[in-house]
Amino acid sequence: MKTFLIRSRWVWLLVVVPAFTGCQNVKPWQRGTLADAVMRADRDPAGVSLTEHVFFSREAASGGRGVGGGGCGCN
Amino acid sequence: MTSLTNRLAVLVVAIASAMSALAGQPKVGDVFPSLADFKLEGTLPDLKDKVVVVDFWASWCGPCKASFPAFVELHQKFADKGLVIVAVSLDEDKGDMEGFLKKTKVPFAAVRDAKQKLAEKLSIESIPTTFIVGRDGKIAALHNGYGGDSTKRELIATVGKLLGK
Repeated sequence: MKTFLIRSRWVWLLVVVPAFTGCQNVKPWQRGTLADAVMRADRDPAGVSLTEHVFFSREAASGGRGVGGGGCGCN
Repeated sequence: MTSLTNRLAVLVVAIASAMSALAGQPKVGDVFPSLADFKLEGTLPDLKDKVVVVDFWASWCGPCKASFPAFVELHQKFADKGLVIVAVSLDEDKGDMEGFLKKTKVPFAAVRDAKQKLAEKLSIESIPTTFIVGRDGKIAALHNGYGGDSTKRELIATVGKLLGK
């Protein structure tokens, strides 16, 4: 049985490779950090509005996040 | 032949990994561990010969908060008939739990699994997770998540059945 396992390089790969990966399960009680308001991309409405305004003025395109306008940058 | 051996070995390791991952998950019919063994913060009520609902929650968890009125209703309906509800908080910060309970008064026991030992033992993977434990100490039902009125009806039906009401 010992020889059987040692010879099997795939077994070693299966055991050793995961040890060097950065994979980590987030436990339910750790998700409080992720659920915090500061993790929200849109936590500052004024900031989001400004960013969207700059975006549609420069790119002549808008939409997708609720900002109106035709891309002219005049509103 | 070597190739076959390798494949068999990979299969053995994969099955062993899968089995170890599943080993901790309790099932309906399993004996629920004694809450007194886990040094939970807070006071546990007398659970002897009671139907016990153990609910895992956290103050930052929206569905958990949404489920509280259902547990209050469950308590009001069945507490005098032999039901005990224990809400086990998984908040990492005690202040978060206390702040929530200050705003939301609950008529049942709320304790904190500060070291998450109980949650680890029960392999809690999401919250809310609710265990309904019969008078025999065995898990009678297990709910993951909270689906509003349908979950509330299920909880009431299961508890009512266990209490013979």
